[in-house]
Amino acid sequence: MTYLSPLIGLTLALIAGAIMFAVLGKPPLGALYAYFIEPVSEMWSVHELLIKAAPLILMGAGLCVCYQSNNWNIGAEGQMIMGGMAGSILPVLFPHFSGPFVLPLMLVMGVLGGMAYAAIPALLKTKFRTNEILTSLMLVYIAQLFLDWTVRGPWRNPEGMNFPETRRFDEFARIGEMIPADGRANYGFVIAIVVALLIWVLMAKTMKGFQVKVIGASPRAAKFAGFDAKKMVFFAFLLAGATAGLAGIVEVAGATGQLRPTISPGYGFTAIIVAFLGRLNPIGAIIAGLVLALTFLGGEAAQISLGVSDKVARVFQGLILFFVLACDTLILYRIRLVGSKVLQKGAA
Amino acid sequence: MGMAEAILLTIATAATPLLIAALGELVVERSGVLNLGVEGMMIMGAVGGFAAASLTGNPWIGVLVAILFGAVTSLAFAFLTLSLAANQVATGLALTILGLGLSGLIGEPFVGQAGVKLSNISIPILTDLPLLGPLLFGQDPIFYMSIALVIGVAWFLFKTRFGLTLRSIGDNHVSAHALGIPVLRYRYLAVMFGGACAGLAGGHLSLVYTPQWVENMSAGRGWIALALVVFASWRPARVLAGAYLFGAVSIGQLHAQALGVGVPSQLLTALPYIATIVVLVLISQNVRTTLINTPAMLGRAFVPER
Amino acid sequence: MDQGEVLLKLEGISKYYGSFKANDQISLEILPGEIHALLGENGAGKSTLVKMLYGSLQPDEGRIIWEGHEAHVPNPAAARELGVGMVFQHFSLFDALTVAENIALALPPGKSLKQVAKELEEVSTSYGLPLKATARIHDLSVGERQRVEIVRCLLQHPKLIIMDEPTSVLTPQEAEDLFKVLRRLSEEGKAILYISHKLAEVQALCQEATILRHGKVVGECVPADETPISLAKMMVGSDIHEISPRDVPVANGEVLLQVKSLSLEGLSGFDTALKDVSLMLHAGEISGIAGIAGNGQNELFDAVSGERLSENDSVLIKGKPVGQLGIQKRRKLGAMYISEERLGHAAVPEFSLSENVILTRHGLEKSLDKGPFVSRGAARKVKDEIVDKFDVRKGSADPTAMSLSGGNLQKFVLGREVMGNAEIIVVNQPTWGVDAGSAAHIRQTLVDLAAKGAAILVISQDLDELFEVADAIATLSEGRLSAFVPTRSTDRHKIGLQMTSGTHEHA
Repeated sequence: MTYLSPLIGLTLALIAGAIMFAVLGKPPLGALYAYFIEPVSEMWSVHELLIKAAPLILMGAGLCVCYQSNNWNIGAEGQMIMGGMAGSILPVLFPHFSGPFVLPLMLVMGVLGGMAYAAIPALLKTKFRTNEILTSLMLVYIAQLFLDWTVRGPWRNPEGMNFPETRRFDEFARIGEMIPADGRANYGFVIAIVVALLIWVLMAKTMKGFQVKVIGASPRAAKFAGFDAKKMVFFAFLLAGATAGLAGIVEVAGATGQLRPTISPGYGFTAIIVAFLGRLNPIGAIIAGLVLALTFLGGEAAQISLGVSDKVARVFQGLILFFVLACDTLILYRIRLVGSKVLQKGAA
Repeated sequence: MGMAEAILLTIATAATPLLIAALGELVVERSGVLNLGVEGMMIMGAVGGFAAASLTGNPWIGVLVAILFGAVTSLAFAFLTLSLAANQVATGLALTILGLGLSGLIGEPFVGQAGVKLSNISIPILTDLPLLGPLLFGQDPIFYMSIALVIGVAWFLFKTRFGLTLRSIGDNHVSAHALGIPVLRYRYLAVMFGGACAGLAGGHLSLVYTPQWVENMSAGRGWIALALVVFASWRPARVLAGAYLFGAVSIGQLHAQALGVGVPSQLLTALPYIATIVVLVLISQNVRTTLINTPAMLGRAFVPER
Repeated sequence: MDQGEVLLKLEGISKYYGSFKANDQISLEILPGEIHALLGENGAGKSTLVKMLYGSLQPDEGRIIWEGHEAHVPNPAAARELGVGMVFQHFSLFDALTVAENIALALPPGKSLKQVAKELEEVSTSYGLPLKATARIHDLSVGERQRVEIVRCLLQHPKLIIMDEPTSVLTPQEAEDLFKVLRRLSEEGKAILYISHKLAEVQALCQEATILRHGKVVGECVPADETPISLAKMMVGSDIHEISPRDVPVANGEVLLQVKSLSLEGLSGFDTALKDVSLMLHAGEISGIAGIAGNGQNELFDAVSGERLSENDSVLIKGKPVGQLGIQKRRKLGAMYISEERLGHAAVPEFSLSENVILTRHGLEKSLDKGPFVSRGAARKVKDEIVDKFDVRKGSADPTAMSLSGGNLQKFVLGREVMGNAEIIVVNQPTWGVDAGSAAHIRQTLVDLAAKGAAILVISQDLDELFEVADAIATLSEGRLSAFVPTRSTDRHKIGLQMTSGTHEHA
């Protein structure tokens, strides 16, 4: 059931999507094909898929840890932005520093930037008992506005004819492409896979991972075991912030090569769906990241081939999360509807 | 009219959607349900209201459709969290994402169009009184609805049997169930009321505030409404105060931008969000007050035994 | 007796959950004014039966005949209309609301809150259970909350009052006061269905008894004509295993754990503050702390276990100050803890037994930890050892904690803690909600461990249990601990008085 439920959820989302296409006046099956199959039928397009999947997988894996420990970090988008900015300090402000050491430094700074920004809601939660959902979310808006101001103001490209963008990064500040002949995908995707696997090892095999699960499942039992819930808030948020920051700099140094007023079409929010579709398992997040990257890709493709708005992507993403959540109850509560006597888990 | 009048009027216009959405969410949370989908329901209301008003030429139909869209969206939330006992946080997020996406899709044909505005009321003599005239007697109809809602919700929650029962469910749904109270039925009604309010708030945005449709025009107001409920310790009168406070901050920063104050416009735009964080921190400080006022069942799924 | 007189008659009532028969063809009769006991172990089906009388559940078979006519009770409101009232074991009250509001919610709509307030104050005073209508429930003591439950019931003018384990939260003296009220109600012609597993009480109070076992009626009797042993036999169906007493009066063993002048504030408005608590646990001895829930037991347990830190000198393990050490460090010093709640505290309900082993044994069992990694294989081995040694009955090889019965889970939890070298054992409510067989097993285990030299502290609401296993008993009342007295030199009455001394009541 555990693996069946996301599949059923996906299927239901596809059916709902087909209905949506029909309402928009497009042939349902043809539209689904154009949306989901066509984009992966050509190699260069698969590369685009990997580019989009990298930040989703990174953030999704980090959020798995957060959500499993009951820390509801909704601010991955903001942490990604701050990480992207922090990682761009070198190429933007010190462009004369050049060489092979630049990229690794950028990645580290990106991670630190994301961690620092994620520390804010963690601090507010542990010190002031403030709800982390609202604080992390408000910080997203603040980060977006900060990026916008920075790119239009102090970091604007002095040679850029007043376009709202920073200077372009040189080749030492870019992540290399994997197979340039076939497409644009860069090693950011490999980084994402490696990080996701490491997080999986953490969760499944280490004592820390056990702690995460206990704290999320039963705070009182966690206390009884001597696990510190406050430390876990920081651990979870900083880990998620680190992956989000890394995602940010990977996106900037990989695909774009400069900072612009927006650097993410909402990957931080889509990553939340990645985590749930992957059933809060980092390996599941890899697969889910690819699926959700496909929804972005499909949105762009459908715009061209079907003439549908690219907003369809957001709708699909919302539908996927919606139906996956609905199907999850199949596992937990064994089908019957609450309200007419539900079979609850056993007694003791 | 003078500067002071104008500013006060715009504060009321800015506060009204916050007030309505927060009041709706207050009722929902009093029943023990945490609805994070307010933003999604609000934006659906906004697009529904705009589309209906544009297509029919009648802003009142827009208002009705806005309420309807909000309520229907909340029904989806209710089904998942109440009947299927799904995680309330994740479901709320799902509905926000879905709402933002769907509204963008539905609203696309209407982008750039001039909207049908819901005009302010006008009472002979009264409306023309200096200062108080337009403020009290010359606002848009939804403003008056919001004030009526404050009184109505307060009376309903604290002076009626229905409201008492609702509060008891939010306090302890197990006890309520043992007494034979139909917990889910009350929660369904509460959630739909909240959705209707969020929809109405959205309708205000697209029919009064800026009679236009812009994607994501709710700009996080639904989230601010959620914060307002916490800030108000779940009491209607305080929601009124909080909404107007935020309205003042929002308007203040707009005017500051217009005046060309030497602060970056992005910082000013960020003020409401910064203020929300500050307010949340301040209100969570008093642990005992928070514990006593928070509906004890908030966010917990109700699954009756056997 | 002729049919017209019988108030309630149940004929062949059955309730199934799949193939599991919670109630199997139950029949009984209650006359007006009769105090009728419903006896049975945990899981015998008492709660299920009573829920059907109150309309919370529907029977699959059988008839309910009320005052000579067949009745259907589709929901609690209908039950209340018929004249059936219920005083729940776990109170169905609303903490944030006032007494008047709580009571109004169970009454049919129509009366104003002011009217309800007036009525409840009149009725409560007249029955000797005074209440203030404007008080909020979370400010009331446990005994006062029960009063609210009872008065709420009385205001509906019931003909039958169902009481579910009412004295589990009362001191012996408070229980006596309750009995006076019940006898008065009986004289007024109200029937009472009294659910309990406390045999001495049932003998003192009830005129008739129906005994349930495994969902069936296994006996009916007049309690006064029986002895506690004969009643127990009918309930359990076999001879009760007597604890083999320890014959040698224990010499004063070494002090392994000491609490010195521990004072701790309550964490929230609902906690009990501990006031200057001192005690010493000697090797080879079992010390018992008696007291009704809500007098500081959990706070004391949390302070001794290390879930809550205190002044360094206030708790000493083998002479070493540990007040500022966390729970796992205290475990490393040889002190083991068994908390009151099995699910959600001592064990994670959704986790398997082997995962629950890791919960408290990490850092203690060398086989479990391999650097930052944890060995689930080793955890499974330990789990198997525990299951084997402590007779834990379960379905599959490594089931979830919540799928075990209360008794078996408690045996597992106990076994997990004492597997290593447990020199000190602190246990809170060792046999709460546990079937008689497992309870006897657990108590015997504790006695055996003491005989091997462990220092044991048992906190329990069950006086019978304490008198059975403890060498010395003290009482905890409103956060204050009395002096320990040897069990042999005291009795239930004296302990009962100690439990009540110091309780002051809110108006």
